[in-house]
Amino acid sequence: MNLASGLYQDCASRIHRLPAGLKVLALVVLGTAVFLIPNWQILLGILAAVIALYGVARFSPQILWAQIRPLVWLLVVFFAVQLWLNDWQAGLVVVTRLAIVVLFAALVTLTTRVSVMLAALERAMQPLRFVGINPEKVGLAFSLVLRFIPVIATIFHDVREAQKARGLDRNMLALSVPLIIRTLKMADDVADAIEARSYDPVGRK
Amino acid sequence: MIELQNVALRYGVQNVLEDISLSLGERRIGIVGANGSGKSTLARLLNGLLVPSAGHVRVDGFDTAKEGRKVRARVGFVFQNPDNQIVFPVVEEDLAFGLKPLKLPKDDVSRRIDTMLARYDLGAYRTHPSHQLSGGQKQLLAICGVLIMEPACIVFDEPTTLLDLRNRNRVAQAIAELEQQVITVSHDLDLLADYDRILVIDQGRVVCDDIPQKALPFYVDLMS
Repeated sequence: MNLASGLYQDCASRIHRLPAGLKVLALVVLGTAVFLIPNWQILLGILAAVIALYGVARFSPQILWAQIRPLVWLLVVFFAVQLWLNDWQAGLVVVTRLAIVVLFAALVTLTTRVSVMLAALERAMQPLRFVGINPEKVGLAFSLVLRFIPVIATIFHDVREAQKARGLDRNMLALSVPLIIRTLKMADDVADAIEARSYDPVGRK
Repeated sequence: MIELQNVALRYGVQNVLEDISLSLGERRIGIVGANGSGKSTLARLLNGLLVPSAGHVRVDGFDTAKEGRKVRARVGFVFQNPDNQIVFPVVEEDLAFGLKPLKLPKDDVSRRIDTMLARYDLGAYRTHPSHQLSGGQKQLLAICGVLIMEPACIVFDEPTTLLDLRNRNRVAQAIAELEQQVITVSHDLDLLADYDRILVIDQGRVVCDDIPQKALPFYVDLMS
């Protein structure tokens, strides 16, 4: 599993230098706007603009393709369903909306360091302190999710290989029990490691 | 200086450590023992990850049970599996995480990260996804993550167990070059051969506390 395609790519472009908060705000606005626009021509125009932004960010067509490739079959299915239920224009509207949101979200991720994104998220969440939500803890939780997806994928791969050697690679129980146990054990160790590194969500010195 | 005074640790009805009193002041201290003997538990007591059921552990006079944050600022901890210690998805972000509580200026954080990565030949990996590093590089990054906080003492819990020989040697050299006090839990007896002091743990007790030339043969005999 290669998450690198969905993580920050270092290039000195104007989009990289934009504030993370602005990029996330643009994502929210664009994500909402495309669902209010019913016209497929306008949506195709927006999609072309988003694709052009990959050029501004100095990303190759391969990086652009890597973002959309996992979704191609889903887009085909959505288009086919809309074609069956409505017409091709409706299908085009649905898949174009989805492609715009996915590509723009990927662009934000590719051009923004996780730490900068989390700092922006933490700043945006400061008002939620009044309802008992700790923004630093939420930020750390997001970071841990990103960090440990590939680790858990590796554990799953190890478990599957071990069970395959025993002829149990199609047994869900034999795959899921060791995976869950190792993940829970890892969660304990990670909590210890965070504590050992003096993590302080309330910022005391 | 780390002081343990009549320390015991129980999990439920099981006594994991019993009546341990030690003064740990030497520059290099090794801890050996069989699996389940309590050596990793003892290591976790030293920076307050665990607190004793009885007795006291003090680091420079700070009680680990009451002043854990001050203790952890003085005693860093490197775990066996670096995958569980690296918290952020990108190398530089993981190092910056440890510095966050210090609220340093951005330039200072960046300079410290550069210095630390250069020291372990990881400079080229600064913006690299941390999960894509090799096992040895991950362990070095885990060490960097602790060193960047400038602790006076570092506890290593089986730091070479998961590594191949080349990476084992690289990490062993990195540990040997540290200026800080080092306390290492290990089954790798070669790693501990030139240490100043070795503690042999068996069934929750320190059964030998001596120089490596005497303690390591004692441990080998004990295990035979």
